[in-house]
Amino acid sequence: MTDLPLIGEAAAVAAHASGARGLAGARIGVVTFPGTLDDRDAARAVRLAGGTPVPLWHADTQLGDVDAVVIPGGFSYGDYLRAGAIARFAPLMSKIIDAANSDAKLPVLGICNGFQILTESHLLPGSMIKNDHLKFICRDQVLRVENNSTDWTGDYDAGQEITIPLKNQDGQYIADEKTLDALEAEGRVVFRYVGFNPNGSRRDIAGISNSAGNVVGLMPHPEHAVEVGFGPGSGLSGSAGNGGTDTDGLGFFTSVLNKLVGGAK
Amino acid sequence: MSIETTKKFNIDTVENAAKTPDTELPWAELGLKRNEFDEIVKVLGRRPTGAELAMYSVMWSEHCSYKSSKNHLRQFGEKVTDEMKKDMLVGIGENAGVTNLGDGWAVTFKIESHNSPSFVEPYQGAATGIGGIVRDIISMGARPVAVMDPLRFGAIDHPDTARVMHGAVAGIGGYGNCLGLPNIGGEMVFDSVYQGNPLVNALAVGVMRHEDIRLANASGKGNKVVLFGARTGGDGIGGASVLASESFDDTKPSKRPAVQVGDPFAEKVLIECCLELFKGSLVEGIQDLGAAGISCATSELASNGDGGMEVELTSVLLRDPTLTPGEILMSESQERMMAVVTPENIAAFEAVMDKWAVEYSWLGEVTDTGRLIITWEGEVIVDVDPRTVAHDGPVYDRPYARPEWQDAVQADVFTGSVQDAGRPSTPAEMSAAVTELVASPNMCDKSWITNQYDRYVGGNTSMAFPDDAGVVRVDEETGLGVALATDANGRYTYLDPYHGAQLALAEAYRNVATSGAVPMAVSDCLNFGSPEDPDVMWQLAEAIRGLSDACMVLGIPVTGGNVSLYNQTGTTPIHPSPVVAVLGKLDDVARRTPSGWREDGQAIYLLGTTAAELDGSEWSNLRGHLGGLPPKVDLAAERALGEILINASRDGMIDAAHDLSEGGLAAALVESSLRYGVGARIALEELQERDGVDLFTALFSESQGRAIVAVPRSEEVRFKDMCTARGFAHLRIGVVDAAGGKLEINGVDALSLDELREAHEATLPKYFG
Amino acid sequence: MPRIVVDVMPKPEILDPQGKAIVGALPRLGFNGFSAVRQGKRFELTVDGEVTDAILAQAREAAETLLSNPVIEDVVNVEVVEA
Repeated sequence: MTDLPLIGEAAAVAAHASGARGLAGARIGVVTFPGTLDDRDAARAVRLAGGTPVPLWHADTQLGDVDAVVIPGGFSYGDYLRAGAIARFAPLMSKIIDAANSDAKLPVLGICNGFQILTESHLLPGSMIKNDHLKFICRDQVLRVENNSTDWTGDYDAGQEITIPLKNQDGQYIADEKTLDALEAEGRVVFRYVGFNPNGSRRDIAGISNSAGNVVGLMPHPEHAVEVGFGPGSGLSGSAGNGGTDTDGLGFFTSVLNKLVGGAK
Repeated sequence: MSIETTKKFNIDTVENAAKTPDTELPWAELGLKRNEFDEIVKVLGRRPTGAELAMYSVMWSEHCSYKSSKNHLRQFGEKVTDEMKKDMLVGIGENAGVTNLGDGWAVTFKIESHNSPSFVEPYQGAATGIGGIVRDIISMGARPVAVMDPLRFGAIDHPDTARVMHGAVAGIGGYGNCLGLPNIGGEMVFDSVYQGNPLVNALAVGVMRHEDIRLANASGKGNKVVLFGARTGGDGIGGASVLASESFDDTKPSKRPAVQVGDPFAEKVLIECCLELFKGSLVEGIQDLGAAGISCATSELASNGDGGMEVELTSVLLRDPTLTPGEILMSESQERMMAVVTPENIAAFEAVMDKWAVEYSWLGEVTDTGRLIITWEGEVIVDVDPRTVAHDGPVYDRPYARPEWQDAVQADVFTGSVQDAGRPSTPAEMSAAVTELVASPNMCDKSWITNQYDRYVGGNTSMAFPDDAGVVRVDEETGLGVALATDANGRYTYLDPYHGAQLALAEAYRNVATSGAVPMAVSDCLNFGSPEDPDVMWQLAEAIRGLSDACMVLGIPVTGGNVSLYNQTGTTPIHPSPVVAVLGKLDDVARRTPSGWREDGQAIYLLGTTAAELDGSEWSNLRGHLGGLPPKVDLAAERALGEILINASRDGMIDAAHDLSEGGLAAALVESSLRYGVGARIALEELQERDGVDLFTALFSESQGRAIVAVPRSEEVRFKDMCTARGFAHLRIGVVDAAGGKLEINGVDALSLDELREAHEATLPKYFG
Repeated sequence: MPRIVVDVMPKPEILDPQGKAIVGALPRLGFNGFSAVRQGKRFELTVDGEVTDAILAQAREAAETLLSNPVIEDVVNVEVVEA
């Protein structure tokens, strides 16, 4: 994706977003690998939150002028070896890993396949294996925000329940008990599945962060819940909705933008 | 014969063919009839080479040439009114038709079958079905934006059904989810007639700006021909190749794959790569490689353009180096495209390929000779007029006649039959009957399937299954979008093919209008048995006649589709199953109407009238009966109903709408209640009085041209006035009841929504885990 | 306890998208010595007690019918491994 494709072109929206003065100056990179699927959605989410999405290409050797990075979902390289295993070695990834670990602590959000890439990159601990029921699953999922002090969750209340879509084949989060205990103790379990664990993840973990809180990964898709009429509140998925709104995911993107422009929360 | 072997193969050149007219060729093994082979010899003025024989045999197959159906399909092009042509940018005959959406947008969609491969290897068959239809859409210059998949499998409790079900659903999901295309709907029908012949149809829709429309033609002498995407293997040739004989040596034939394996990652990359080519205007013409592979792509590109092309076949990148020239021409390897590029654009084209790491090879160039010349290391192995390959195949007037058994079937009505004994009448029986209906294989909740598909990707899905139509936004600024529905009823079509096909169209049309969209175009996938059986041929002829007549009345054209014949086990054909897809347009998808009600106290209206029409119904199916005549078709009424639903949606007069089809009013009331878990109180006495039917008939009849809608109190007067002004039957049958958690129908024991949901959702998991 | 190891590979003439993606990635990481990759499956069947000929025959049959899809895969190896 060298430029935003013909569907979903609404560049003007960002400028009009309410309260967006100043936010539009924040540049959020959205990485595209071969096989990435949700890059347009992530770019739209950044735009609707008031920021400026910047397309990044996996083969780029420089990160360029971005203030944060979203690694979106999809099936990079078909997920044929292991989910995220080949993408992790892309030239751009080494730049992202360096920037995330640097003193500047670049905010990085990995969604679904992006989460898998972050664990393969060792920016986040643990790994994802096939769902315990062995099938791809697409559903509206209730999550509890366990930690609202990361770069990506500041606009939520601690303990807040949100509904965003989940869709994956390899979404079962696993780590050894010691790692899980450490994650819990350090408050790095950022999201937990509520009501129904859709993939058998250990301790109902839906998303985690690094210890600095700038790197967050989760399996569900906040970028699919950012717009009225196109999210879980509209009852898009089959049975009666879970009572969420259409825009429960927008907070991820406003959180990082508010942090970047020093906005208070 | 003895030829010295100096090359990899002893190639059968055109020169050799001219010198050896009496060489025996395996035309019969390749599926050609004697008269067809003779015709090839006549066209060429000599015997074909092995490579030429390969090309003609695949291009003149039923699948590629439509030789049995062509004479009938013409009606889709002939029965066209000005109204139907108004928005048609590209008509039938290209990879897919293109319809004008306004504001400079265009939409292209098409439905195709992948039936037989899906029986052999359900996962790969269904997966490559999605892959093929998506490439059809790309080759029009469009970005694919959604897929749908109508499925028809054998009896739900037959041991082999689970194999096909698990494989096909996983294949559609495994391939489609990996492409980033939301799956927005489809159908799932179980019937033992599909046991040995499951129907796996796939639909794809794409959108583009008008200036981006691309056609499959090779124009401009000197322009280069390039093949890109996956390498060519022996896929789709099957078993040990009979074409080994084309090389006239004694090496033993190598193994050829019996099935094609799809690579969705390669397809996803191909999509993005093609869109970048279109954006840079780097290709003059483009064609996807599906059935008949390079044979089809070269002959169609050449004959649709300036009429000539020269190709060096050894330039094709191979996955399997043992392939013979004929096999390379026939191969159906997936994820490949062929394009025509001007010399000035070669470097830019190659840069796009390199960026996406897509392999490509330059095969030759466009000429103005009117000949398609294919060489092998410089020696001519094909020298044909490409039109004779691509367009001038045989056409058959297959004999057809109304089957002798048709009268007896139509005389065997459900009412009063053995199977009709003990028809429910008490409130308890009625309640049990409704529950039985909505838990039945064809009427039960399908989320076991649809939860395995990504419906969110792209962020433009506005509605999806189980609503009446899938709705996708096209333009973010204006909200412009499209709605799509597919329908077929093999039971209706078996009872009366002419009207059965019309009923499929009417239902798809109604579904699209129910969502609030204006129906614009039709694509059809005609799944039938053997055309060599006069009974089946009559069904096909009648269905096409019925469809084309109905399109004229509804004012929407058929813009593309496909015919799938020989769907039978032994001499027993499937039910004739014309699957009809209708595409509609919404000026703003925010106006779409969902199928469930949510607001307490809203009035529920039934639009249309109900007659005693139980023949062919789901109820009769549950009782094991199939006979009589299907429900009556009234296309003028469908049009009037559609206009009411579209206006009501546009003007905000209704908050929910659900069409009545299989399962009648009973199924619709349950589905609209379960959609958001909000019940209703219904009274049908006035309806029974007005239409002269009993309660059972009111609930289970499948009379057409009906829908239920939920009307806000503030809109009731306006809504009723509109219906009255249009002279359309409308009746208030109840109110939405948000508090009760029940569906209450006078004369039927109250139905708890929790219990209904449990029954509705338990069926597929029970059989498929 | 002894185990029976079953190795299943995609048939040589069948496209192997997995192997294709991996062979593309290898040179990007500097592994230049490999021209092709094919990705298969390994199954380990644990046996309670001795592996008799009958058990081994069963394993072979299971390998051909359940563990592999004969349309697209070959069983390339069935062997007994002592734990």
